[in-house]
Amino acid sequence: MLYLNIIVAGLLTGAVYGLMALGLSVIFGVIRVVNFAHGEMMVLAMYAAFMLNRKTGLDPLVASPLVTAALFLLGYALQRGLINRYIARPDHEQFLLLLAVATIITASLLMGFGPDARNVQLDYAYDSYEIGGVLLDKVRVLAALGAIGGVAALWAFFRFARTGKAIRACADNQVGAQVVGLDVKRLYAITFGLGAACVGAAGCLLLLLIDVQPYIATDYTLLAFIIVILGGLGSMPGALLGGALVGVTEALSGFVVDPSLKSAFSFALLILVLLVRPQGLLGRA
Amino acid sequence: MKDRLNRRQFGLGAAAAGAVLAAAAPIRAVRAATPIKIGSLLPRSGFQALIGQGCQRSIELTKKMLPEMGYAFEVIDADTESKPDVARTQAEKLIREGAQILVGAFDSGQTLAVAQVAEQNGVPHVINIGSEPSITEQGFKYVFRNFPTSIMLGTNGLSRFNDLFKATGATPKTAVLMHVNDTFGQSMLKGINALMPKIGLPFQIVETISYDPQAKDLSIEVAKAKAAKADLHMVVTRLNDAILMVREMVKQKYEPMGIISPGSPGMYQTQFLKVLGKYAEYATTNIPWLDPRQQFAHTFEAAFKTAYPEEICDLDAGFSFEGILICADAYKRAGSAKPEALVEALKATNIKDRIMIGGAITFNEKGQNVNLPSGTVQNRNGKPTVVLPAENAELKPVFPVPGWSQRA
Repeated sequence: MLYLNIIVAGLLTGAVYGLMALGLSVIFGVIRVVNFAHGEMMVLAMYAAFMLNRKTGLDPLVASPLVTAALFLLGYALQRGLINRYIARPDHEQFLLLLAVATIITASLLMGFGPDARNVQLDYAYDSYEIGGVLLDKVRVLAALGAIGGVAALWAFFRFARTGKAIRACADNQVGAQVVGLDVKRLYAITFGLGAACVGAAGCLLLLLIDVQPYIATDYTLLAFIIVILGGLGSMPGALLGGALVGVTEALSGFVVDPSLKSAFSFALLILVLLVRPQGLLGRA
Repeated sequence: MKDRLNRRQFGLGAAAAGAVLAAAAPIRAVRAATPIKIGSLLPRSGFQALIGQGCQRSIELTKKMLPEMGYAFEVIDADTESKPDVARTQAEKLIREGAQILVGAFDSGQTLAVAQVAEQNGVPHVINIGSEPSITEQGFKYVFRNFPTSIMLGTNGLSRFNDLFKATGATPKTAVLMHVNDTFGQSMLKGINALMPKIGLPFQIVETISYDPQAKDLSIEVAKAKAAKADLHMVVTRLNDAILMVREMVKQKYEPMGIISPGSPGMYQTQFLKVLGKYAEYATTNIPWLDPRQQFAHTFEAAFKTAYPEEICDLDAGFSFEGILICADAYKRAGSAKPEALVEALKATNIKDRIMIGGAITFNEKGQNVNLPSGTVQNRNGKPTVVLPAENAELKPVFPVPGWSQRA
């Protein structure tokens, strides 16, 4: 039963990780740009949810549609105004650009909020459910449900919505998409917006689980990379699977071996997958 | 022989030299009033920023309070960014900028880096906070520490466990030790393992759990601790991890007889009390603390409260203040900012009017102040409160502590 508790906790955390990494996967899958400011954008969303909570008392779960929409607009504007100009440029220039964006976000947050850890105080922050001996942390359950809802909404958008289908067409064949008259630049901007919206939602959910500080961004950018590479760059189900795998691996290795070594196990898993299946578990070769 | 001096020129030269020599005496007399440049190193950004900023508040207070007491100094602030390599480069930069004495740097790893730079450059270094024992065991000539080593912290902190059990009549049989895995945590762990048999504690540590100092989630660590089913939860924490740990303990309904630290930061700090509210109550730390019997401690606490009404005046504040006080006092007595003169003055330090519990501030031949006992500080009514030793206590200790659901 104890192990089941650990696995469930890992899965619940992994779901939120998955939603966060999904944004990175979507952006890379379509635009072929690696968003090195991913963690920073999530931390920005966490601060937005924190401020909404402080000023209006809004629960981050309730605030998540607002923050998600705001991050969508930010992502859209960023792609339209800045990243589009770099799409045809070499990878290292794109890397430098997004690293600069990341640094600006962190420095601005540091100037605005200082280095202190911030968190939201919620009535249910300490609640937990017990189902057949399995102890479920209420906040973690809500965060995981929110993440699964977010992933489902994105999947439905790409599957059924006209714009979603057009974005998929762009991802499959950019030249073909231009030939049939699709506005690729606009679709790229929407895609970047959607990727940013994913981290916006993930940020709101993660704020329920952890305290926010400007400096945590880099760790989450790295975590998103691990998850996406594990699951397969550009694969939506892969991001979720990667998130769940990282969540459970960290939880189990932390419990069975040593909590200090749990990150080492995530990286070991990454190396293993790269050796056996370099395109990721659900990635296309 | 064009260059040879004539009698008139010699006379004028001699008069000028005499005037300079005559003027030298008043110059020497006023030199002590020229402020000494103290380079202060703290982790004001990075993952220890919260505590570094807390220490900085005291440094700001020294700038107001100490000049009124006749001390002449100027502080040059530097940020170590919570990284030992940055601490090293910042210490070098401070020396280049003219710092005549260094003070800092809160964290053991960063402090060791600063101490090495100070030693290489022959600039005195006063450690405000930093407990790694090896710092004062390496034969450094310029390093002085007004903070207990982790062995002292461990010995003094562990000794208080028996006092607590005796005072409350409750004795645990087993304990889990959860500790942060950094330089400080590791040296505390070594100290605890070495000292436990010597001190004769009644409980056995059945599980030792280490975790990353920058951990954002401690659910697995706490689950592991709960699974050990020990009576006591013993911890060596920093601030953020202490908050995460207690939050998880509440969620996982893990209710040991108490949470006690043998001497680490975190549980007595403002943020811990603010964020956790009623769940922060009864968390206990055996730590050097402000001495309620010292008039100077009251004066300092009152000034701190006026300047920072939202913050708790804790040991970080006290030791940070004393760090600057020691530097300024040494300069005042030395009458010179020359390293050798400052070192001699530091060796002869004897500050009786101080803030922290313990006798006068003095240093032994290794540069270590050994007059730094621990008190038992328990969070009560939203405030860290001295509960032991009895002569310093403001309230009686509570142990075992009430369960999470019984907190009002």
